[in-house]
Amino acid sequence: MSTPTSTPTAATHENRPSLLVTSPNGRRRARISQLMTGVLLLTVLAALVPLAILLWQVISNGWGPFSWEFLTTVEPLSYRDTGGGYLAGIVGTLYMTGVAALISVPLGLAAAVYLNERPKGRYASVVRFFTDVMTGVPSVFVGLAVYALLVSGSGGLGLGFGTLAGAASLAIIMLPIVVRSSEEMLRLVPADLKQAAFGLGARQWQTTLKVTLPAAAPGLTTGVILAVARGAGETAPLILTALGAREVVLRLTGAPQADIGLLMLDGFRQPFEGGIQRAWAGGFTLILITLGLSIIARALARRSQI
Amino acid sequence: MSTPTTQAPGGRGLQGSVRQRRADPLFRVVLAVAASSVLLLLAAMIIRTSIEAWPVFAKEGIWGFLTGTEWSVGTSRSEVTGSYGAWPFIYGTLLISLIAIVFAVPLSIGIALFTNELAPNWIRRPLTSAVDTLAMVPSIVYAFVGMYFFRIEVWAPVGQRIADTPLGEVPFFSGPVLLSSYWSAANILAIMILPIITAICRDVFAQVPADEKNAAYAMGATRWEVMSKIIVPHSFSGIVGGTMLGLGRALGETLAVAVLIGSTRDMTSSVFQPGDAMTALIANTFQDAHPEAIWALLAIGVTLFFITMAVNIVARLIVARVNLRVGGGATV
Repeated sequence: MSTPTSTPTAATHENRPSLLVTSPNGRRRARISQLMTGVLLLTVLAALVPLAILLWQVISNGWGPFSWEFLTTVEPLSYRDTGGGYLAGIVGTLYMTGVAALISVPLGLAAAVYLNERPKGRYASVVRFFTDVMTGVPSVFVGLAVYALLVSGSGGLGLGFGTLAGAASLAIIMLPIVVRSSEEMLRLVPADLKQAAFGLGARQWQTTLKVTLPAAAPGLTTGVILAVARGAGETAPLILTALGAREVVLRLTGAPQADIGLLMLDGFRQPFEGGIQRAWAGGFTLILITLGLSIIARALARRSQI
Repeated sequence: MSTPTTQAPGGRGLQGSVRQRRADPLFRVVLAVAASSVLLLLAAMIIRTSIEAWPVFAKEGIWGFLTGTEWSVGTSRSEVTGSYGAWPFIYGTLLISLIAIVFAVPLSIGIALFTNELAPNWIRRPLTSAVDTLAMVPSIVYAFVGMYFFRIEVWAPVGQRIADTPLGEVPFFSGPVLLSSYWSAANILAIMILPIITAICRDVFAQVPADEKNAAYAMGATRWEVMSKIIVPHSFSGIVGGTMLGLGRALGETLAVAVLIGSTRDMTSSVFQPGDAMTALIANTFQDAHPEAIWALLAIGVTLFFITMAVNIVARLIVARVNLRVGGGATV
């Protein structure tokens, strides 16, 4: 095996090397292949190690200060003080994400149904293309645009900073995700089902609402939950639209709204232990919300494939 | 014989009422409006911000705004009195995004190759979920952990190593190495854009015809030879598309950059020193900005929008050409 080019036995036997005999060149190629397998494994570790560190840091630092008090009280007036919590931010995040879902989910589903009814239509292709492009619009630009459209009094609607403006920016970020994931799911609904409905005399709206959408429901739910998770984790546009608050705000407009991310940003950029501790717990809460939602979404997707 | 046609309980047979007949066109209108909302929103956002930002562009000139290096904010409520040159921020954004791409693309290709070609079946799904999880972690959490762990324990020490080598003689890699720097921002971006590039690489690699791979194996090619000579060349345009999408994400990423880049306008030549970026400027200065400064931030935002749009449109065209269904970024 270890002799170069060809073993004498094989060569003398038939005057050509056996297939079992490897040339030095072949061995070199095999070694390169093994080496590269190792390199590829390293690239995987290069992604998994940061993920592990990230989660470990958030969990180990956030677990301590994460408590019932953290969830049910608002922050003390000074970042120096320990104790207190992110109630204002948690309410604000859930409130804005909820309103954003109420706006973007029906709109996104309707748009997805439109795209699905015309798989090859020209206008549909344009809409589909720009929906894809819209997923790449920087979230901070969405924040600026919502500021210019809704918040600002000069030329905008002048609603001021608050829940609705924040929710609008989250809705704009969630919309393209809802549209594209829903369209993919609707496309999986067998044409037979629709044709059967049409054959029974159902109208288009009846077919869509009573046959197509229910058939795709589990998949649609997955897409929607992932979009909501994305929205809940967004902070950048809220700097420009919700602005932040330290008290629980229930008004839809007229008062700046709090957000977990905004409270964290204020807290961990101050050199005070109390604020930093609360920020870790805030990060833990955000991770719980976003990863929890995405785990639920994936479990749903796995359990029911059309 | 003379029995009339069967009548439905409603009494009108198959004939629907006027209201029912109008339901479908109405339904279609509703759907079309919803679909158009995407285009309308995009248009409204860009038109409104451009109008708001116009005074700044008008005063500096578009070219002057893009290439000017002085950014001194005025305090006026009605006119543009300051001086607005966006180049330091554009430079910072481009620099950190390109470094992030240089790190992330080879890693993504490696991860995708490993997942598709080498990993045993049972590990494939957990591995895919783990990489996708990186995309679900909120940006603020990246910023936080980057600030309290990565830049102190990893990036600054690694940067110091690089600055200590002969490479440190080059101004681009010269010390001193600071904690908040282009380098730190670029590193966090590299981690954040890994998932999307990896996801697209996985999809394009999976589309390589099995016949071609099997033919290569039958000729005696090793696994690595199949990967490097069949799969990667075959997927080249898809990789380019994925890279452009990653670049788009990197350009627009806000909070992690805002926290880690250090916010100075010096445009230092070394990557290990602080700088600023477009998104970071918007996020860091908005809350204290006078109306005039907000116009300037909107002008920065419009610039950012057009740069990312251009990158994204090119990316989507490439990705669409290789006939991919990349789920609209639902998970990544």
